Amino acid sequence: MKVEVNGGKCVGSGQCVLISPEVFDQDDDGTVVLLEESPPPQQHDAVREASMVCPATAIKLIDS
Amino acid sequence: MSETTIRDHGDDSIDDSTRALIQRLTGGADRLTFPMQRSVPFDPPPEYAELRSKCPVAPATLHGKNTWLVTRYDDVRSALQNEALSSDIMDPDFPLSPALRAVVEADGPGVGSFLKMDPPVHDELRRMVTRDFMIKRVEALRPRIQALVDGLIDDMLAGPAPADLYTALATPVPNTVICWLLGVPQEDHEFFQSRTNYFFKRDVPPQLRLEKSTELTNYVYGLVDQRMADPDLDPEADIISRLVHDQLRTGNLDRRTVQGMANLMLVAGHETTGNMAALGALALLQHPEQYRALGEDPSLAPRAVEELMRYLTINDEPNWRVAKQDTVIGGQPIKAGQAVKVLTFSANRDEGHYGDPDVLDIHRTVRDHLGFGYGIHQCLGQPLARVELQVFYATLARRIPTLRLAVPLEKVSFKTDANIYGVHALPVTW
Repeated sequence: MKVEVNGGKCVGSGQCVLISPEVFDQDDDGTVVLLEESPPPQQHDAVREASMVCPATAIKLIDS
Repeated sequence: MSETTIRDHGDDSIDDSTRALIQRLTGGADRLTFPMQRSVPFDPPPEYAELRSKCPVAPATLHGKNTWLVTRYDDVRSALQNEALSSDIMDPDFPLSPALRAVVEADGPGVGSFLKMDPPVHDELRRMVTRDFMIKRVEALRPRIQALVDGLIDDMLAGPAPADLYTALATPVPNTVICWLLGVPQEDHEFFQSRTNYFFKRDVPPQLRLEKSTELTNYVYGLVDQRMADPDLDPEADIISRLVHDQLRTGNLDRRTVQGMANLMLVAGHETTGNMAALGALALLQHPEQYRALGEDPSLAPRAVEELMRYLTINDEPNWRVAKQDTVIGGQPIKAGQAVKVLTFSANRDEGHYGDPDVLDIHRTVRDHLGFGYGIHQCLGQPLARVELQVFYATLARRIPTLRLAVPLEKVSFKTDANIYGVHALPVTW
């Protein structure tokens, strides 16, 4: 699984950070920061949920 | 009965079975109206379930405008992402009550600020304040919020019983915290608490509404102007100071826009969280085994907050949009100029999305509810609201395990007259 984030779309709701803090963080403006471009399998469920819950559809997942 | 698609809201192509459904639900009218009456205390209007199954995107008339009510979870989510749907309150087709139209015509988006704007201006303004509500920031406030809640509980427990939980605990928490963030003096809380009440009451005469909103606007202008004139202004002191320093003094934004942003955060940070705190406490008291479980295991608090947000959906009303161009929602064509209202409460109780949706269960993990909305306008303050409510419910349940209503449930007065649901008062004892 490869993760892409779109900072331009991000509204800073922070839900990705709450759901999957190993993979997502926020910069000083509250915009998403991707910590892990290819997260390990044990993170996949959380990353999928984060992508679904994101209000701005700023998280794109590419399943390998 | 199979679900129907209405071809055009304005003409007579609504088929007989839909017409019959609407007439039955409204007691004889041809179009649905809004709002519909909640099933006090906690449940949605009974019409919602019928609409979800028989007419999921339903024709209504709102302030004289053709409006579509969206009822299913998937369609509500998709509508809140749909770029054809605008939040621009200055659009003449935007459905507004006479009271709000009077305010908007006098003052522009005013307290609506970027909530009632579209990209790109919405995005530019919102980005200026996203940092103040990000996870790290609000987590850093948690100890201070905990101390605040503990102090308020100490005061309530030291005073007479019964007490009103709404005024003693529920509203002071969010009011105090947003004042910390915006730099509003403590002694002014009462003043704007009473003014903001007028924003949420439904049938306020336009002139009175305008008068109260003007008082609030002038007050916030005072906060802005005081900082503008301050030679020792510290941009880090609070949000208004930073906006004045970075945006107003540089001429990037005008005084009216800065005032509007501050006003929005002030108003939005009050009523919503205060209502959730009190109404959520009541819901927990009506499910005593869950209240007890939370008291014994505070790690349940994050799940409890999300489930209460879903179950109560206090912001069912103010979710309207206007179509800027023709689009389709749930198979229903929407014409440019028509209004759309998404019923987040219907979505959050959609049996097609949640198992046992009408049951409160704080043990479930529900992170995809629409209680904070969805899309680019999803609540800016949600991380802060989460921390406030987690601390509030967990501390209440831990410190006052014997908390109970001091009146029969039927005597509790619910805000069926306001566009954010809650209680007017919550008499409790312990």
